[in-house]
Amino acid sequence: MASGEIENSDYQQKRWHNIRKLLERSGPFCHPDFEPSAEILDYIMNSCKVLIVGAGGLGCELLKDLALMGFKKLHVVDMDTIELSNLNRQFLFRKNDIGLSKAKCAVEFVNKRIPGCEAIAHHCPIQDLDDGFYRQFHIVVCGLDSIVARRWLNGMLMSLLQYNDDRSLDQSSVIPLVDGGTEGFKGNARVILPGMSACIECTLDLYPPQKTFPLCTIANTPRLPEHCVEYVKVLQWCKENPWGPNTGLDGDDPQHVAWVHEKAQERAMKYGIANVTYQLTQGVLKNIIPAVASTNAAIAAACATEVFKLASSCCANMNNYMVLNMSDGVYSYTFSAEKRLECVACSNTTRVLEIEPDATLQVIYDKLCEDNGYLMKSPGITTVINGRNKTLYMASIKSIEEKTKDNLKRRITELGLYNGVDLLVADVTTPNTITIKLKFSDSIDIDMSR
Amino acid sequence: MASPSPKSPEQNEKSKQYDRQLRLWGDHGQSALENGHICLINATALGTEILKSIVLPGVGAITIVDENITSDEDFGCNFFLETSSKGLNRGSETLRLLLELNDAVQGHSVQEPPDQILKDNPDFFKSFNTVIATSLNEKLIKDLSQHLWDLNIPFILCRSVGFLGSFRIQFKEHAIIETHPDNERVDLRLDVPFPILSQYFDSINISTLDLKDHGHIPWIVILYKAVQQWQITNPDRWPMSRKEKNEIKEIIQQYIRIDENGVPITEENFEEAKRAVNTALLPTFLPVKIQDLIYSSAAINLTKDSSAFWIMCSALRGFVEAEGKGKLPVTGVLPDMTASTEHYVKLQNIYRCQAAADAEIVYRKVQQIVSQLQCDTMSDTEVKLFCRHAHDLHLIKGSNIALEYQPGGPVASYIARHLEEPDVMMVHYILLRAADMFRSEHCRAPGEWEPESDIAKLKNCVSKILTDVSCSPFPKDDHIHEMCRYGGAEIHSVSAFLGGCVAHEAIKLVTNQYNPVNNTFVYDGASTNSATFTF
Repeated sequence: MASGEIENSDYQQKRWHNIRKLLERSGPFCHPDFEPSAEILDYIMNSCKVLIVGAGGLGCELLKDLALMGFKKLHVVDMDTIELSNLNRQFLFRKNDIGLSKAKCAVEFVNKRIPGCEAIAHHCPIQDLDDGFYRQFHIVVCGLDSIVARRWLNGMLMSLLQYNDDRSLDQSSVIPLVDGGTEGFKGNARVILPGMSACIECTLDLYPPQKTFPLCTIANTPRLPEHCVEYVKVLQWCKENPWGPNTGLDGDDPQHVAWVHEKAQERAMKYGIANVTYQLTQGVLKNIIPAVASTNAAIAAACATEVFKLASSCCANMNNYMVLNMSDGVYSYTFSAEKRLECVACSNTTRVLEIEPDATLQVIYDKLCEDNGYLMKSPGITTVINGRNKTLYMASIKSIEEKTKDNLKRRITELGLYNGVDLLVADVTTPNTITIKLKFSDSIDIDMSR
Repeated sequence: MASPSPKSPEQNEKSKQYDRQLRLWGDHGQSALENGHICLINATALGTEILKSIVLPGVGAITIVDENITSDEDFGCNFFLETSSKGLNRGSETLRLLLELNDAVQGHSVQEPPDQILKDNPDFFKSFNTVIATSLNEKLIKDLSQHLWDLNIPFILCRSVGFLGSFRIQFKEHAIIETHPDNERVDLRLDVPFPILSQYFDSINISTLDLKDHGHIPWIVILYKAVQQWQITNPDRWPMSRKEKNEIKEIIQQYIRIDENGVPITEENFEEAKRAVNTALLPTFLPVKIQDLIYSSAAINLTKDSSAFWIMCSALRGFVEAEGKGKLPVTGVLPDMTASTEHYVKLQNIYRCQAAADAEIVYRKVQQIVSQLQCDTMSDTEVKLFCRHAHDLHLIKGSNIALEYQPGGPVASYIARHLEEPDVMMVHYILLRAADMFRSEHCRAPGEWEPESDIAKLKNCVSKILTDVSCSPFPKDDHIHEMCRYGGAEIHSVSAFLGGCVAHEAIKLVTNQYNPVNNTFVYDGASTNSATFTF
C-alpha cells in the first residue's frame, strides 16, 4: 500500500510539474503578497470552487483549461442541449450527443479524460439556482452569449456583497467574476471584482446596439433580403398561422425556417430583391452570431489564465478588460474600464431618477428601458404608499398588465407618487428588486414660487 | 389550413455543422480549408491546441511528426493524451484523440525525428500547405526554416514557456484577395458616372417629384444633383475643401421641402445625404497600394509558373490602362440607404450590371494571358471575386527566419531600436530566443532543474544575442531570472491562447482570406499584453 501511495504521489508530482514551477518558485515579477509553496496547488485542487457558466463555445474550453490548470472542484451550468451546428467548436461533443445536455456531456467527458477532476453539471437556467448556490463559489467564470443572462448573473454576484457598519465593503463577500465573449473573429475577456471594479452594468455601452428595422420599411418599402425575412416573421406568420394559431415561429424548427424562407423568397421576387438564402433566413430568425473554434479557444484561455491568477495570487490580474481582434493580424488591447459611481448593480448608494412632476408613468417606463444606466427589457414598477404595496405597471403577468396598462398614460402625481418616493423595479436583467428614488425636477419649485 | 409543405430544400448536414464559420469565410473558404494539409512538428500542448482548432472547422488532413514518448508531464498539460497514453508515442496518441473531433479529417503520424527527415527525406515537407512547429531547439529552427523557405512552404514557428509565448510566420509572399476590412470604402463613381448610371441620374428631377417620392429617392441621387447644381457656378470642378462641401450641404438643405407653416419637413434620405457629404465625395482613384501591385515586376513579367493572383493582377492592369480609363472595375456594392424599393433595387442593379461587365472584360484578358502562357485556366467566379475586391487586395512580402540570426543586418537594427525604446515585449522575444539557444547548448530548458544555478548560463545566451544586434546588456537580470523560474514549464492556458491564435493564422493562410500577422506575435499572459513585430 505504502509504496503504491508513494508511486501515486510521485506521479502526481510529475504530472503537475509544469504548474508547480509557477507556484513553488518565486520570481521577480510576482505579486508582492505571493508566497510560493506547495499549499497553493493543494488549495487549487482541493478547496477552490469555481463555477463555469455556460457549456458552449467558451464553456467547453474553460472546463478543459481549468481542469488542466489543476482545478478539480468545478461546477458547470447550462440549460441548452447539443445541436449539430455546435460541433464546429464545442469540442467535447460528438454527433451521438446531439439532443443531450451540454453541461452533463461536457462534465462527463472531462472527468473521464482528466483523472481526479470532479466537475459537477447543472442542466438548468442560471435563474433556477439561488443565492445559496452562488455563494459557495470562490470564483465565477462566465462564457455566455446572452447579454440578459450575463446581467442577471452580475446582479446575483452584486447582491451577495455585504457591507460593514461604516458602509465599507466586506471583502470576504466578494466573489470575482471573469467574463468572456466572442463574435466571429473578435472577442473580449475581463475581470470583475464586485463592488470594487467596473461591473457588467457599469459598461453596458460597450455592447453594440441591437440591429432593428423600422416596421414601415418592412411593410412598405423593403430593399434588403433581411427586410423580406422580417416581414414574414413579424407580419405574415401570425396572419397565416401555418401550423395553427397555437404554434409560434421556432427558429430551431427546420420546417418553420423553410416556410419562412419560401415566403420571404416570394416577397423578394415580387420586389426584385436578390439573395434571400436559407442561411440568411436562419441568421435573421435566430439572430445568429458567427462563431469559430479559434477565437473561442483564445478568449477562454485568457479567462482561464485570470482564474488561475485569482486562485493563486501568483501575479496581478489584468486591469481589467481585454479586447482581442483576430481579423486583421492578431491585435489585443487591455484597458481599465471604469466603475460607474451611480451604477444600478454595484454601487451601494441610493439611485435617484430625476423627472418632471407632470410626467406620465410612461416617461418613467421609457427611461428605465432607454437610459444607458438601466437599459431594462420590461421593468415591473411597484411602490409603497401609506404602508401599502401598489403595483404601478407590470408587463410580465398578463392579467396584471391589463389592469395596470392604463396607468402608463396617467401623470405620476395622479398615481400618488411624490418627490422622494421610492420605486421598486424588477426586470429580467437582474435577480434583485432595485430601489429608485424619484426626484422631481426643480422647475416645479420655480413654478410654485410664482 | 392544409399542412404547409415547403418546397425549398433544407441545408445539408455539412453546411449545418459548419454554419457558424461559413458565415465568416463562405463555401469557397471552406472548400479551400478542406483541401488543406497541415503538418505539425511536436505534439506538445501548444501543438495539439493548434490542431484542435484546425480539425474542428474541417481541414482536409493533418500530419503529426513526433518521435517523443508520452511522459507524466505531457499528460498533465495536454488534453489530447490519456492515462493509457503513457509510454506510447506522443504523436500517434494525440493524433488518435484529435481525429475523434471530426471524422471528415484525415490524419497521419510520423515517428521520425525532424532533423532525420530533413537529412533523409527533405521532399517530405513538399506536400503540405503549411508546416507548424513547437518546441524546437535553435539549430533545428535554423535548418528547418531555411529548408521550408527554399521549398516555398509557409512555416509557423511557435513557442510557449511559462507565461510567455510567440509565433513567427514565414513565407515568401502571401496574396489575399478577400481581406474583409472592417470599414470598406464605398465605390459609387459619383465623379465619373458610367453611362447607365448617368442615364438614371438624369431621369430624376428632384423638384418635380411628389412628396412621397421625394422622401424615397436614394441619397446618392440627391448628392449627385447637388454637385451638378454646384458645378453651374463652379464649372469643371469637384467639391474638395471643407468650405465647398458645406456649400453642397446648403444646396441639399434647399431641396428639403417645407410644410404650409414654413417648417422644413424632416426626411431621412436628405439627412443621410448631408451626412454622406464628408465621406462619399472622395473622388474615385486608383489606390497607390493597388497601383504598386499591378505594376510590380511579378505582374508584368509573367511566366507559365506565375500564380493566379499575378495573372489576374496583370489582366487588371490591362483593364485600368484601357477600358477602366485609370480606374479599377466597379465593385458593384450599394450600401444600405433609405429609399423606395423601386429606386433602391434599380440602383443596385445598375451597379451590379456595371461590375459584371467590368469583370467580364478582366476575365477575357485573363483568358488571353492564360492561352499565351499555356498555363492553368481560372474560372469566371474566381475572376469576379478578384474584381469585387480589387480595391482591397493585399500582398505581404515575407522574410526568412534566418535573418533574425544575422548579426548586423537590418533585422538586428530593428530589434535594437525596439530594445532601446525600451519595449518590454521585445525583451520577451530575446528571452524566448535565449531559451532556445540554452536548449541547444545544454539539452534542457533554463531552470528546468534549479532556477538559480542557470541564471548565469542563460545570461550568457542573452549576451550573445544582444551582441549580435549591437545592444548593451540588460541593466537588470529580472527577466532572465523569470525565464529560469519558468524552467521550460508549459502552462496549459498560455498554450491554449496561442493555440487559438496560431490555428487562426493557419486557416487564414490556407483559405487565403483575412490578413495574417506580419510576421511575429509575442504574448505575455502575466501582464495580458501582446505585440506584433515585423522582422
